[in-house]
Amino acid sequence: MNAIRKRDLIMLIVGLIIFGVLQAMMSAKMIGSFWQLNILLIGINIIMSVSLNLINGYTGQFSLGHAGFMAIGAYVGVVATTNFGMPLLVALILGAIGAGLLGFTIGLPTLRLRGDYLAIATLGLGEIIRIVIMNIDYVGGAAGFKGIPHLTTFPWVFFVMLFTLFFIKNFVNSTHGRACIAIRENEIAAESMGVNTTKYKIMAFTIGAAFAGVAGGLFAHSFYLISPNSFTFLSSFNYLIMVVLGGLGSITGSIAGAFVVTFISAALAAWPEFRMIIYALALILLMFYRPQGLFGYMEVTNLGPIKKFFDGLKDSR
Amino acid sequence: MAELLRATNVSEIFGGLKAVDDFNFYINAGELVGLIGPNGAGKTTIFNLITGVYIPTTGDITLEGASIVGLKPYQITQRGITRTFQNIRLFSELSVLDNVKIAYHCRVKYGLLEAVLRLGRYFDEEREIEEESLKLLEIFKLDEHAYEVAKNLPYGAQRRLEIARALAAKPKLLLLDEPAAGMNPQETKELMEMIRWIRKQFGLTVLLIEHDMSLVMGICERIYVLEYGMVIASGTPEDIQNDPEVIRAYLGEEAVN
Repeated sequence: MNAIRKRDLIMLIVGLIIFGVLQAMMSAKMIGSFWQLNILLIGINIIMSVSLNLINGYTGQFSLGHAGFMAIGAYVGVVATTNFGMPLLVALILGAIGAGLLGFTIGLPTLRLRGDYLAIATLGLGEIIRIVIMNIDYVGGAAGFKGIPHLTTFPWVFFVMLFTLFFIKNFVNSTHGRACIAIRENEIAAESMGVNTTKYKIMAFTIGAAFAGVAGGLFAHSFYLISPNSFTFLSSFNYLIMVVLGGLGSITGSIAGAFVVTFISAALAAWPEFRMIIYALALILLMFYRPQGLFGYMEVTNLGPIKKFFDGLKDSR
Repeated sequence: MAELLRATNVSEIFGGLKAVDDFNFYINAGELVGLIGPNGAGKTTIFNLITGVYIPTTGDITLEGASIVGLKPYQITQRGITRTFQNIRLFSELSVLDNVKIAYHCRVKYGLLEAVLRLGRYFDEEREIEEESLKLLEIFKLDEHAYEVAKNLPYGAQRRLEIARALAAKPKLLLLDEPAAGMNPQETKELMEMIRWIRKQFGLTVLLIEHDMSLVMGICERIYVLEYGMVIASGTPEDIQNDPEVIRAYLGEEAVN
């Protein structure tokens, strides 16, 4: 077994231990139902922020419509389970396909735009999706979709999240991920090094959108009702904040960002007016003292003692 | 010698400006050819035409007999032409090693699924890429900087890294755009040796733009001189040095008389 496989295995074991501890605490009722829901939300938000990071952080394409793709996944999912009685797994896959397809079709024209223009186009896209859903009576329109079966459980969220993390980590550490990173760093140089920049921009956008669709499916099945207002541009901003806070171009950062943001808003749920002030202050301070985000381009496996531990594995190959 | 690249009657017009005017040129496999001329003569425009950044207004460019006009830059790289840039364009936030690794992109055979699930060829190819990249960095005396961030390298090392990166894509033809710009005479001399050496080692054909005459006259076998987008002279370094047109373009009318 080589060092990379060993590394993957150790990370998987660490993940399973975390899962075991949390699951045991939930079964023993040490975590109340409020925090149980928030743990689910943290997991879902990790999927959202890591997939958005692939687009914004790794490929450097500033997208602001991530909640739109989440909405597609959510609505496709709830229709599949509630109206057609399909299992959750099928619903999630259908949601991913739906959001991914839309990401692909929308990406084709919009990814010709750069920087601010792309941000505005994707912002508009997210709103269009929301408003279109609002006007489809089949899914309840503005009143929302009611009667969703409560299928999202902690194991579902955790293992789908783990799958997402490994998927994106492996993608980024391959030649395909390097191509995306090269586009972020210097598009002209990337093209002259043989990278089909259009293809990889669209690939990153599609994969990111598909995972947002999965997250949407999990999100929708945690509640009895979803409405288009769960997917406004404000929630797109929220995911962007998680990514920027954690560090554009770091998976560890996205996990940390999703955790911190979700945790803070849950902890301050009783004082909603302070929440926004603290939120804003935290971001201002971060931009002053650590503009690259909590982790910058670093991963947890590159940090001092952990890196030493993993380097030790390499020698014993 | 087999002909590698040929440009026939190539012109490039930007609005009212003829940047390149009826440019004719060929380069044989294994040759080292220089492209010189005053600033604004259209040298870099010709590089951009060859690498597909611009599409010629008229004329044709062929690589090994097949036209490459209209191909995207990445397709031209896949066909075996790579370049360096006049103003360095590294992936500046990435490590030196990753800069080189990216250039292996068009030779990687494993697909998206193999990468994501880490199956099959992924490990073998990645190990090969890493080993080859480190070897390449050693040749360019960059191996001790392999894990540093590219933007922190000294200027001369950044130039060398650009060449290393271009070579990692296994080109047949390497285009160097002012490789010695900003280098001191000692560094230029070392660069000259290095270009000679890599050409032999990798069986390369090289086309270079350069203002440093000691470099151009020292290593080029043939030279094209450009002024206002037109070729005003071509031939061996000796021919060029004695050509009255070239002396006029560089030094003015009085110098000829």
